[in-house]
Amino acid sequence: MGSLILRKAARYLFPIIMLFSIYLLLRGHNEPGGGFVGGLAAASAFILNQLAFDLQSTKKLMNVESLTLIGVGLLTAMVSSVFTMLDGHPYFSSHWATIRITPEWHLAIGTPLIFDLGVYLVVLGVTLAILLSISNFRKSSS
Amino acid sequence: MLYAVISGFVAAALLPLLHRFMGERSSLVAALVPLALTAWFASCFSSVVSGEALVSRMLWVPEVHLELAFRLDGLSLLFALMISGIGTLVILYTSAYLRGNAYEHQFVVATLMFMASMLGVVLSDNLILLFIFWELTSFTSYLLIGFDHEKEESRKAALQALLVTGLGGLFMLGGLILLGQAAGSFSLTEIIRLGGMLVGHADYPVIVGLILVGAFTKSAQTPFHFWLPNAMQAPTPASAYLHSSTMVKAGVYLLARLSPALGGTETWIGWLTVVGVLTLLTGALMASAQVYLKRLLAYTTVAALGFMVMLLGIGSASAVQAAVVFLMAHACYKASLFLVAGIITHETGETDVRRLGGLARFMPVAGACAVVAALSMAGLPLSFGFVAKELVYASVLDRFLTIVPVILASLMFILVAFQVGIKPFFLGAWQLSGKPHEAPPAMLLGPIILGLACLAGGLFPQAFAGALAASAVAAISGSPVSDLNLHAWHGFTPELAASALTFLLGVAAVFATGYWVRVGNAMKPLAEFGPDRAYFAKLKGLNLLAVWQTRVLQSGSLRRYVAIIVMAMVSLFVLSALRSGVVPVLTRNTPLNLPVLILGLLIMLAAVGTIIATSRICAVAALGVVGFSVSLIYVLHGAPDLAMTQLIVEALGAVLLVFAFLHLPSFHDRKRWIGRFQDAVVAILGGLVMTVMTLMANDIQLAPSIAQYFAETSVLLGHGRNIVNVILVDFRGLDTMGEITVLAIAGTSALALLRLRIPSKGKS
Repeated sequence: MGSLILRKAARYLFPIIMLFSIYLLLRGHNEPGGGFVGGLAAASAFILNQLAFDLQSTKKLMNVESLTLIGVGLLTAMVSSVFTMLDGHPYFSSHWATIRITPEWHLAIGTPLIFDLGVYLVVLGVTLAILLSISNFRKSSS
Repeated sequence: MLYAVISGFVAAALLPLLHRFMGERSSLVAALVPLALTAWFASCFSSVVSGEALVSRMLWVPEVHLELAFRLDGLSLLFALMISGIGTLVILYTSAYLRGNAYEHQFVVATLMFMASMLGVVLSDNLILLFIFWELTSFTSYLLIGFDHEKEESRKAALQALLVTGLGGLFMLGGLILLGQAAGSFSLTEIIRLGGMLVGHADYPVIVGLILVGAFTKSAQTPFHFWLPNAMQAPTPASAYLHSSTMVKAGVYLLARLSPALGGTETWIGWLTVVGVLTLLTGALMASAQVYLKRLLAYTTVAALGFMVMLLGIGSASAVQAAVVFLMAHACYKASLFLVAGIITHETGETDVRRLGGLARFMPVAGACAVVAALSMAGLPLSFGFVAKELVYASVLDRFLTIVPVILASLMFILVAFQVGIKPFFLGAWQLSGKPHEAPPAMLLGPIILGLACLAGGLFPQAFAGALAASAVAAISGSPVSDLNLHAWHGFTPELAASALTFLLGVAAVFATGYWVRVGNAMKPLAEFGPDRAYFAKLKGLNLLAVWQTRVLQSGSLRRYVAIIVMAMVSLFVLSALRSGVVPVLTRNTPLNLPVLILGLLIMLAAVGTIIATSRICAVAALGVVGFSVSLIYVLHGAPDLAMTQLIVEALGAVLLVFAFLHLPSFHDRKRWIGRFQDAVVAILGGLVMTVMTLMANDIQLAPSIAQYFAETSVLLGHGRNIVNVILVDFRGLDTMGEITVLAIAGTSALALLRLRIPSKGKS
């Protein structure tokens, strides 16, 4: 690890993979993709950084603890459907709002997207929690 | 009413946020919530006492008969007013009692949560809902008892209370479910409407038995009483609130609530009376040997709960009246005395009654409150306790078997009232070092208001409590509301004679306090055989069992874990195949095309390669070939989502192995042929079963396929063209929720385990 090529590449690849992971998350409803694979892709971006650099730089890049990601993600997924309950619908009924951008072009946004965002965060958090702490484990015991 | 119950939980959730901005004053704001609730319940007063119950219902999970159904009738209102009213005072009290404690707002959070749960218990009109709130009260009680979590006794006591009431709760759940099935409805209103019909049901004895265990554990009845005195480890506000005036009465509430449906039989009367009498005897005897303020009060609480259970067991009109009035009086004076005891300890740091005395000079207000409450507890005329005690005597006078224990317990009440309410303030002189002060107003407000309630109930019982008590009695007996005619003075009656006798005996007992303590100490060895000991013995046994099974099952060897999991799967499959007699037959052949065939061969080759690889890196690479080929097969079969996920998982898996390389045992460890043979057997069996299962799954169709439905409605209902994803996040969202929860738990545990190792490694 620590090769110059890898480091240079990682610096450019990181934003691209992150963007791609968000793209995967958003397109998931109509094309292959979704929160799960999006979260994995995002995790791999961080792991790439970890391989190229070290834990400190990855932690700085993450800015939040992976545990926080897990918690926030779980909460997001859970809460995403609570509001529909207030309307008297059963839990996990979806709600959709359609935004008209132009007469032919409209965008449907719904609670499943928020739910998927929660999935994305949990997957990202769990993957990073396990991988980063195992890589850290090596450092401290060797 | 749903909002009334939820408001406490919402307030509890918001309080930490508020605390961040307002600091300690946030508790005062928190006290507004129970205050508002008290006001709301009070505003329902007139309509409820006129016999009209408030009902609110909302479907929650109709499939399991779970309905957010709440009902406010006389009995519920009585409890609700106690819970929210005393809750207000206790939170105010806490704000001063725990001033300076860094965790003060957490205590208030738990108290608010408890209050909301307790309101839920007394307002629920659905058995399952009631159970949920019931368990929540146990849980919050656990938090409150263990508040001082750095002390081992606190943790132990908290766990004990949780285990005892939790175990009772499980029994009760069984009873409630059977009850719901027997009645054909989980609605309490419906069940009570059935009246005595359930008594003849075949399951009746079982239902009563299970529910009684639940109620008895919660209300600290013998032989489950031992958790309550231990629960005195909780900070005093919690003891005053949970463990004297409200939570421990949840069991009494449940018995009262179900009386019209289950009561009146010999089983019911017998169990309740016997256990009630035993409890009040136990409480009274154990109280005699105590010297610590809170323990004295705790054991008399046990006795008082025995009173109520016994009275409900007797079940006559006068007994039920007595139970209700006694319950009100007890809540007032016991909470007040607890708060005063808290004041004494808070200001002097002393808990031993023997060393306290002459405090009235320093804290006259607290002293006055203590006297009023003590008079009520002792049951002297012009106090609420007197009215209640006269009613109790009136309902048991004709039964010799009950009157003797009742008089005994009452004289013990006098003794304890003297020791807690009179002696520390008026007897002797202040001998300890330091100069105690009067408590701050926030702490005095509770005892003052409760003391006034004791007086009001004693002087004008009919005006103060008549209507509410009558309406609660109506709810318990299941008959329409009728006037109670409570009087401050009943005239010269046999009850009064019994009271006079009790008083004389009580005064004698007060003079013989030293003797009592000696008798109590002499009996202490008996406690060695008590249920408290049995509890700890069982707990120890359970721990030993856990240690043993962990040692056997959790060897720490990954290889053995995998072997256990695979072999468990294999044996389950074989067992169920044998039992159902299904022979795996292939009827439908999936046509193979060339690319899939090639990939299949590649996978097999790579698998062989993994086995014969001479170094770990080769094995990982070969395994990677397997994974990537599988994802290619997904692509060929039109599952791009799956393929994509599989690809990333493969890549991350390889990274994981790279990270973990250094910690894995040497690759050549398992070259011995016996180990390899075992591994081969496990692998081949696992593979075989998986193959057969996959082929069978392709073959067997138990229900009509829903694929068509998903395909048709995906865009219509789910607004998405990717059916897989629509199923994941919308149609089967709850499943996904469960999955990510499991994932989160796994991730958190992995993190915890890995962090656990680091320091020990770092040191070595």
